[in-house]
Amino acid sequence: MAGSETLADEGGAQARRKAAMAVLAHSATAEITGHLAELALPAHENLREPENGLVMVRGRVGGDGAPFNLGEATVSRAAVRLSSGEVGFGYTLGRDHEKARLIALCDAMVQSAELSGAIEAKVVAPLRAALIEQRNRKAAETAATRVDFYTLVRGEG
Amino acid sequence: MTTVAELPAGFADKVLSAQSTFRSVMDAMARPGSIQRIAPAAGTPPAMMQGTAAIALTLFDHDTPIWLDSKLSAAPDVGRWLKFHTSAPVVADSSISSFALVGDPQNLPALDRFAFGSSEYPDRSTTLILQVESLTDGPALELQGPGIDGTAVLRAFIQPRDLFDRLSINTALFPRGIDVVLVHDDCIVAIPRTTRLVRRG
Repeated sequence: MAGSETLADEGGAQARRKAAMAVLAHSATAEITGHLAELALPAHENLREPENGLVMVRGRVGGDGAPFNLGEATVSRAAVRLSSGEVGFGYTLGRDHEKARLIALCDAMVQSAELSGAIEAKVVAPLRAALIEQRNRKAAETAATRVDFYTLVRGEG
Repeated sequence: MTTVAELPAGFADKVLSAQSTFRSVMDAMARPGSIQRIAPAAGTPPAMMQGTAAIALTLFDHDTPIWLDSKLSAAPDVGRWLKFHTSAPVVADSSISSFALVGDPQNLPALDRFAFGSSEYPDRSTTLILQVESLTDGPALELQGPGIDGTAVLRAFIQPRDLFDRLSINTALFPRGIDVVLVHDDCIVAIPRTTRLVRRG
């Protein structure tokens, strides 16, 4: 059915944007800039200039505790529009205007039919690999210091 | 329907543009009848004048309910543009609005449809932003009041014709009342609630 296909297609596009955003938000500005430099950037303008704001971070004690306000965190956001019409949004923790703008630009390019392949291959994939590598290394470093505790049962047992 | 992709951009430099626009509006309010220019350019939906757009980007936020007249609310992208750039709620009830944007002032509703504020909080009134045909030629209007040394002459073609007659309710209501900002292109003139028309040319 055509209807469900477009729905699935839209879902896929959303999933691609989500996956790209998850990688970009955790990558350093310099790395994103470096990878983007390999691409010919399309003409674009800032629909919303990068700006800083605060979001309330909420927490829960345990899985079923009542939610409480943990504190505020700074975020930067931006919106970029390509000349071909795609609008990308970028949100990231911290006050890095340039990073928010770059994420928005990447998000717009992920949505563009002719650029999405290039951005996935040249920017998102290498950044994702670096991120996974970094996480694995950290996990390995932590695992190396692991100590197995055990308790001797004494007395009545 | 307009998508986000077609919306005009906001200020190029948010902070400085908003500061300079705020200064212009403040000067206009302090010197009623004087023409102030709004320098910073912003992307503007077709139905809005540049001055109106700059004022919206400077003064509107999520705490200021906005009322749009029928002309502006019929324009497809004005509401969405305001929502995207200012996150101000657009309300249908003019009596709870902080600002009313009027693109077709000829059909301005009766002023008692707007908020006058309360005696405790006279600032909680609606500020009318009227887009007018001209602020430089037209019949002369002599104004008097605080902020004016003697009288100020405004030559403006203002709709509705009886605007100042309607604003005479400000005399009885004080300290409550309605403030008006007239906009033509990038020029603005403020008529705060203390300004009175003394002679019509």
